[in-house]
Order: sequence, then structure tokens, then C-alpha cells
Amino acid sequence: MSPLVEIRNLSKVYTRGRQKIEVLHHVDLDIAPGDFLALMGPSGSGKTTLLNLIGGLDSPTEGTLSVGGKRIDRLGQSELARWRASNVGFVFQFYNLLPMLSATKNVELPLLLTKLSAAQRRSHAGVALELVGLADRAAHKPGELSGGQQQRVAIARAIVSDPTLLVCDEPTGDLDRQSAVEVLTLLQRLNREHGKTIVMVTHDPKAAEYASHTLHLDKGTLVEGTVAAEVAS
Amino acid sequence: MKRFGWSLVTLLVAALAVALLAVLPWWSAAIVAALLVAWLLATRAGRQALSVTQVGISTMPQRLGAASVVVVGIAGVVGVLVALLAMAQGFQATLQETGNDDTAIVLRSGSQTEINSAMDHDTTVAISNEPQVMRDPQGRPIASPELVVVASLPKKSSGLDANVEVRGLGQGAWALRTNVRLLAGRRFTPGLRELIVGKRAMSEFEHTELGSKIDLGGQPWTVVGEFDSADEHDSELWGDGDAIASAYRRGEGRNSVTVRLKDPHLLDAFKAALASDPRFKVDATTTRDYYDRQSELLTRTIRILGTTVAVIMAIGALFGALNTMYAAVATRTREIATLRAMGFRGGPVVVSVLIETLLLALAGGIIGAAIAWAIFDHYTASTLGANFSQVVFEFRVSPTLLVNGLKWALAIGLVGGLFPALRAARMPVTDGLREL
Amino acid sequence: MKYLHLVWSTLFRRKTRTIFTIVSVIAAFLLFGLLDSVRGAFANAGHNVAGANRLITMSKQSLVVSLPTSLLMRIQAVPGVKAVTYANWFGGYYQDPKNQLVTETVPNNYFDLFPEFRLSAAELRAFHSTRTGAIAGASLAERFHWKVGDKIPIQATIFPQKGGSNTWTLDLVGIYHVADPNLKGEEGVLFFNWDYFDQAAQFGGGTAGWYIDRVAQPKDADRVAHAIDALSANSDHETKTQSEDAFTAAFVSQFADIGLIVGSIMGAVFFTLILLTGNTMAQAVRERIPELAILKTIGFSNRSVLSLVLAESVLLLAIGGAVGLAISGIAVSAIRAKLGPQIPMLPVGGAAWLRAVALMIAIGLVVGALPARRGMQLRIVDALSGR
Repeated sequence: MSPLVEIRNLSKVYTRGRQKIEVLHHVDLDIAPGDFLALMGPSGSGKTTLLNLIGGLDSPTEGTLSVGGKRIDRLGQSELARWRASNVGFVFQFYNLLPMLSATKNVELPLLLTKLSAAQRRSHAGVALELVGLADRAAHKPGELSGGQQQRVAIARAIVSDPTLLVCDEPTGDLDRQSAVEVLTLLQRLNREHGKTIVMVTHDPKAAEYASHTLHLDKGTLVEGTVAAEVAS
Repeated sequence: MKRFGWSLVTLLVAALAVALLAVLPWWSAAIVAALLVAWLLATRAGRQALSVTQVGISTMPQRLGAASVVVVGIAGVVGVLVALLAMAQGFQATLQETGNDDTAIVLRSGSQTEINSAMDHDTTVAISNEPQVMRDPQGRPIASPELVVVASLPKKSSGLDANVEVRGLGQGAWALRTNVRLLAGRRFTPGLRELIVGKRAMSEFEHTELGSKIDLGGQPWTVVGEFDSADEHDSELWGDGDAIASAYRRGEGRNSVTVRLKDPHLLDAFKAALASDPRFKVDATTTRDYYDRQSELLTRTIRILGTTVAVIMAIGALFGALNTMYAAVATRTREIATLRAMGFRGGPVVVSVLIETLLLALAGGIIGAAIAWAIFDHYTASTLGANFSQVVFEFRVSPTLLVNGLKWALAIGLVGGLFPALRAARMPVTDGLREL
Repeated sequence: MKYLHLVWSTLFRRKTRTIFTIVSVIAAFLLFGLLDSVRGAFANAGHNVAGANRLITMSKQSLVVSLPTSLLMRIQAVPGVKAVTYANWFGGYYQDPKNQLVTETVPNNYFDLFPEFRLSAAELRAFHSTRTGAIAGASLAERFHWKVGDKIPIQATIFPQKGGSNTWTLDLVGIYHVADPNLKGEEGVLFFNWDYFDQAAQFGGGTAGWYIDRVAQPKDADRVAHAIDALSANSDHETKTQSEDAFTAAFVSQFADIGLIVGSIMGAVFFTLILLTGNTMAQAVRERIPELAILKTIGFSNRSVLSLVLAESVLLLAIGGAVGLAISGIAVSAIRAKLGPQIPMLPVGGAAWLRAVALMIAIGLVVGALPARRGMQLRIVDALSGR
């Protein structure tokens, strides 16, 4: 099976004033469809940068990056935006939800970019919330939800337009143990039962155990990592 | 419920403070300011307030946008208020300075202004000869039966024709109007088609320079002099009553008779004497009262307009100030909480927020007042007066007006700062520290 | 439209701040409505469609000098003149000297030249056949609660009756209406018969104050005006004839440069408003940078983010502006009802709303421009990492 994500010779250089900082050095990576990949590494290793590139939030300085057969390193900003809308879902550590919108309205956000009617949007959002187990909290605002519940709503939003790829940056970084387990279990279920390809950056080895593969990054290059043992669900 | 009660109390305190501000004279503000400074420097609570204020002021450059909202908003209110009231003040002053208590003007009964009035020759003679009228050393009554007509001249400002008042004087006029000085040229010669032009009329209308010709009643009249009477008459053209009457075919009829009374207290006797004559029905008032009344309608209108506009602008500025100060308090939640955890009491915090707001308001008030004064003091304007002709006047930005403007500024600052200040003081310490 | 909910909830995220800002916008547009109503009354004073064909002939010296009635036939004979009438100023007050009236004495054919004064044929006949008959404008009648059939005593300020009395008692036989809301100021005149005045007044009869002449087409105006003035050239009653528009404009300009005063005040008000709402928008966007970044990650384009912010600022102005203008409309109606038709204030109508909406949109765009650009240009990675 051809890989979903194909990365060859990927480099990213940031310019801070006169200084050039190379964050990623010539990375090669394949991610198979249906894979659940954890990216780990010390701070400054470039893992978030790699994640941002895979998700189309940023463009590489050098190298090629294909997702689903499409060369996204060649796309301009507005093309990337369009591509993201139908191909990627994001989950972040902070600021995921718009605080003045209810859970349903938050989940509906990606659907505003489609031609669906209001009723259709509501129904899709309902399905997504059902999937993450928060259908009964649909009308609540983020302020009325716990940290774990907020992240699950964020996950519902990330999958509502049925993207192939789910990109998560430290999704459990701000959660307590129990909420973290809820969120990771959910991600695992989405991967195993619904075939979503997930790339997750984490610094927590316990979180990485939920993934099927773990890769380590250090100083901008991949270090060979061990395959995580299957975790009993 | 408790919150509501607090808000109500705050509102009452604010209302009381504003009322005091409105009523007290300006030097009392100076005293309060001095007391405040003393408190800030001398007492412990005061010094706390001072340090909080200094922190607030030092962070002002970061909040320049928000601070300018208060300053500009209040400057706008004060500027517009002062400008409009200066217009009313100027018009009223011009008319009030016209006329005094020892001259009286007599009009046909029921007419409110000279141009509506009419009286025949016999009537004017009878009025001039009443015993209460002063006589000159030659025994002639100091009285001037006058004719008021309207001519059309283009205004220098618009180029459009406007009405200018032409007054035909009786021969007692010069003895009557002792405040008139000739600035240039000479007096008109009785019987000839000659005019003298008031100072303000000359600056307002075309074709009024010495030597120019003005068409009256179809014939050319020559301007032979310029006069200054330091009142509303400066907007007029004067000529000989008989000559003007003949040009406008009025014969011996006149509009009014103005007389000098032997004594201001003789007005009632004068009125009684006039009433007892069965040949005519006339009204007499002092010239001061007559011209006062004429300014009433317009000045009242402008004052109402000016105050209304200022009130609405003040509401806008007030809510702008509230926004700014609530935001200022919010951004400094952490600092305030830390200070209070360290032992600073609520009081100093309230005072410091108030001081900051009042300083901004005062800055706005001064800027607004200064701009209004710079642009509008002695600004000349003209409008249609009671005799259906132009009255030229100058805006008067008086010190009282400026002080009034500053009072408005402080009032807005007071209300705009009080609520946020109390919010800052009543914020629970733990909430604030949790923001860290 | 589907974005309305998003924009609305973003706007009211900080309820208190938004409401305070909206109050300031309301104040600004309340003022706009009030002042524009005054400005419009002065500016519109002469712009009467029916008046496009009318000229005013007055004494060259000034409006207060009368003209001989013999001019009527001579003006009628001028080529291009379709109809001529005249009017005399009377003035006077009703009950209290404070209630000064606009009263004119007119001949029978006066209303033929003023088709915009709607009168029934019966009322017109009654005016012609009743010696002391009078016709009042609807706004004037409303102010003093006059009804057709009332006897109305007017106190003269200039012209007493032959016996010396200042009281003229008139019979109200008709009330005229003006349809155009912009010309409601014309509904405040009291007319009575010139013949009655001529017979009963102690002095002032036998003359015409000014003539009103109708031409076939507005483009004839200049030529006919010159021809009419030529009739009285070098006589003792030289005339000045101009279009009704020009006459009114010159008259109005004698009061004050209303346009300048209103323009200056509104300039100051809107300048302050722009600063105030600009500050609010800048703050609001600054706080929301991470959220705007999230929207971009979801796939909202840069242009969409720009539009969302601009929509927010325009909505802010629109809410406050609509409420403010509506309040001004109510206020103007109340003032006009209370103080009568001579108050120079036009009702706040469609034209005022159009102008106001244009302002709301313009100010909203100006105020939202910089914050919107900031939102549009934010780099997702920087914004999410808090830089």
C-alpha cells in the first residue's frame, strides 16, 4: 500500500533577525494510511515543526512533502487553507474551542466552509459529538465543560468533515490523568475502528503507548525508535 | 441583589459629586486639589494611593490608544459645548450692550420690533415733548424719531444678497447716542443722500467703503463716514431721517421714537403720560429691556441646542471612558491583587483609579477648551435679527465658559472613573492572584 | 449569512465592553439624526418640485418694500408667463405674543400657483365666498387645535384695523396639506383674503408684497425674469425677479451657515467615534489572535478572516447606528409635534437612513481595517505558540 504521507529530504529553516536556525535537517519519513504515529523528542527537537508541516500549517524550506498523493509543499497559502479544510483535522494543547460558541457550534465550524445547509451542518455535528460521547453536552459552552470534555469536542470538530489525517499537538498536555486517558482512548478508537490516520506529538511516554508507532526526533533529525507494544483497550 | 444595591449607591454618590461640581465656584476645586495633594504626600493611605497612581501613569504609554479615547472624547464634548455657548454669549452680549436704563424707546402698541411699528408726525412730536424727556441746553428735547428700513447688499462671505438695516435719525440723535464715535470720514449732512456705516456692517457687507455708492429707494447714496457704537447698531447704516423717508416715500411717518429720560426712575411716569394721551396707543420700554428681549429667542435656542448636543456627546464620551477604565483596571488585575495581598487597602486603589481618570479628563477638557478658544474667540458671524436684517456679532469665549467646560470634563471623568475604581477595590484578592 | 451567528457571538464575547461601545455609537447617530434633520430643513427649503416653475418678483430694495398691484396685468402679459399671483405679509400672533404666525393675505388665484397645497374644491370656494375666510396649513391647525368652522382671532403686530383695534377675527374655512415629507415646513402658513385686508386695514392696503409668477418650463426662468424686471426698470418700484429656489436659498443663508455648523459638529463627533470604536476593535482582535489562528487551521482563508473581522466592526456600527437613528426619528417627531411646524426640522426619512447606513458601513470598514489586516496576516504557527 502506498504511504499516505511521503516526506523526502525535508528541511525547515527559520530566520530570526540575521540568524538562521535550521530546525529540521533533511528528514525522510513515510506514514502509512491507518497508522497512529507518536512523535517524541526533547524541546527544540523540531517535532512540532514537523507536525505543522505535515498538517499544512507551514511550508518547508527544502524537500518534498506529499499527502494523499498531493505535493502540498508546492501549495500557496490560500491553496493550503482549502486543502486543510477537507484533508486535515487539528487538535491542540490550548485554545482549541471558541469560548462564546456552544459545543455544537464549535463542531460545526469546519462545515461553514462547505455548501451544506444549516440543518445538514447540525446533523453532521450531532453525529461527531455522538462519536466522542458528548451528545448530551451539545448545548454547553466550553466554560461549562471540563478540560477532557473540551478536548473531546475539539476532536469531534477535527473529524466532522471526515478528513483523512488527524494532527494532534500535545493533546493531553494540559489534562489530568483521567481526562488524558479518555482522550487517548478516543483517539485510539478513531484509529482502529474508523481507520483515521493520526500523527501525535507528545512528551509523555504513557501517551505514546496508545500509538502504534513512535518516532523520536532530536535536533531536527529522526532517531530510530521502538515500535510501541499494543496496549490492551 | 447586593450587587444591585452597590450599583445604586455608587450612582447616588456619583450624582451627588456631579451636583457639587456644578454648583461650587472654581477656586473651591483648587482647594480640593491642594487638599488631595497634601493627603497623597502626608498620610500612609495617601502614599499608597500615590504609588498605585504612579504605576498606573507609568503604564499609560502602553495603553495610549485607550487613554486617547478618554482625552479626545472629552475634548470633543468641551470643544463643541464651549463653541456653541460662545455663539449664544456673543449674540446676547452684542444686544445687551445695546441700550441702557436712561433711554427709552417708544413703539406703536402691539408691535414687538421697530420695523413692525408705525407712527405719524404728530405722535412723534407729542412723545418728544412729554415732561419726562430731558432737554438740551437750547431747550430742545433729547429725542430722535427714527425710521428703520431694509436695504439689500451682498455679504462678503457668501456673495449673496442679505438684508442690512438702514436707520434714519432724527435731529436729537447725536445728543441721545453719546457713545458713538466716528472712526473715519464725517457725519452725514442733514437733507443730503449721505450715509455713515457701522464698523461691523463695513466688515460684513460689500460696497460699504468710504466713497462708495449704495442704492436706496432707487437713488445712489454716498458713504461718507464710519462709526463705532460698540453695540448692535454697528451692523447698521445711518442717514438723515427726512432724507431717507423721502427716498422710501414715507413722508413724515416714523417707526419709533427714542428719548433720553431726565431720570431712569421716571420711566413709569413717562408710560403713564403716554397712556393718558387719547390720540395714540404706544408702548415704551427702556432701550436696555427692548434689546434684551430681542436676543432672548435666539440665545435661548442656541443654548438649548448647545446643551443638548453636549449632553448627547457626553453620554458617548462617558461610555468610552467607562470602557477604557474598566479595561485599565482589568489589565492591572494582577498588580492590584498583589498590592492588596501585600496589605494595600481598597481605598487607595479607588482613589488612584479616580485620579488617573480625572487627569485624563482634565487633559481632554483643557485641550477642548483651548481649541474652542483658539478658533472661536472673536469669531465673527451674523444672523437675521429682529428688524429682518443682519446683526453682526462676535463669539465670546469667556473665562466662565471655559471653567464650565472644564467642569463638564471633570464630571464625565468622575462618573467614568468611579464605577471602575470601585470594581477594582472590591475585586476578591484570590481571583486576582489566580490570574498569575 | 451563515457566518452571522459566528460574527454576532464574537462581537458579544465581552458583553459589557461591546454594549458600552454600542452606547457610544448610539449617541453619535442620535446626534446625526437630529442635526441632519435641521440641516435638511434648511437645505431643502427651496427645493420644491412644484416650485421649479415659479419665480418670485420682489422690490429690488428689499422684501419689506411693497409693489403696486398694477404690475399684475403687466407681468401676465410678458411672453412665457403662464400665471401670476401675489401675496402680502401680515404677521401677527395667536393668543400669546410668543405664538408668532406666518400670515399672508392673498388674492383668489393664489392657490392655483401652489398645487402642492392640497385643498378640496369646496374649501377653495368657501375661501372665495367668505370675506373673512381663512385657510391654514395642517401642521399649524394641529398645533393650535383649529378645526374648519372655528373663529380665530389674530392679534396684528403691524396692521391695526381701521377702528384702531389690533384684533382680526377670521373664519377658518379650509385646511391644506402638503404631501412631500421634506416640505412639511410649508404647512405652517395662515392665509386670508387680500380684499378683506385691503378694505379693513388702517394702512398697508392697495399694494402687493411680492409676486409669484409661473413659467411654462424651468429653462424659461432666466429670460422671463429679465423681462419682468425690465417692466419696472428706472421706475420708482424697481423689481428683482429670481427663481423660487434662488430666492429661498438667499433667504435661508441669512440665518446662518447651517451646513457648516452641523458639518463641524458631526465631524468632531465621528472623529471621536472612529477613535473609540477603533480602540475597541483593536483590543478585541488582539485578544482573539489564537482563536483566529484556530480558524485558519480549520481552513478559513486569509480573506475569510479579514472579512470576519470587518463584518464584526460593521455589525457593531450597524447595531448602534440603527438604534441611534431610530431614537432620533422618535425624538424629532416628538419635537415637531410639540413645537409646531415652524421648527426647522425634517422628519427622519428614507434619505437620512440611506446617508446613515452609508456612514455606518464606511466607519465600520475604516475602524476594522487595521485589526482585520492584523488578523489576516497572522502566522498560524506564531500565533498558536503565543508569539
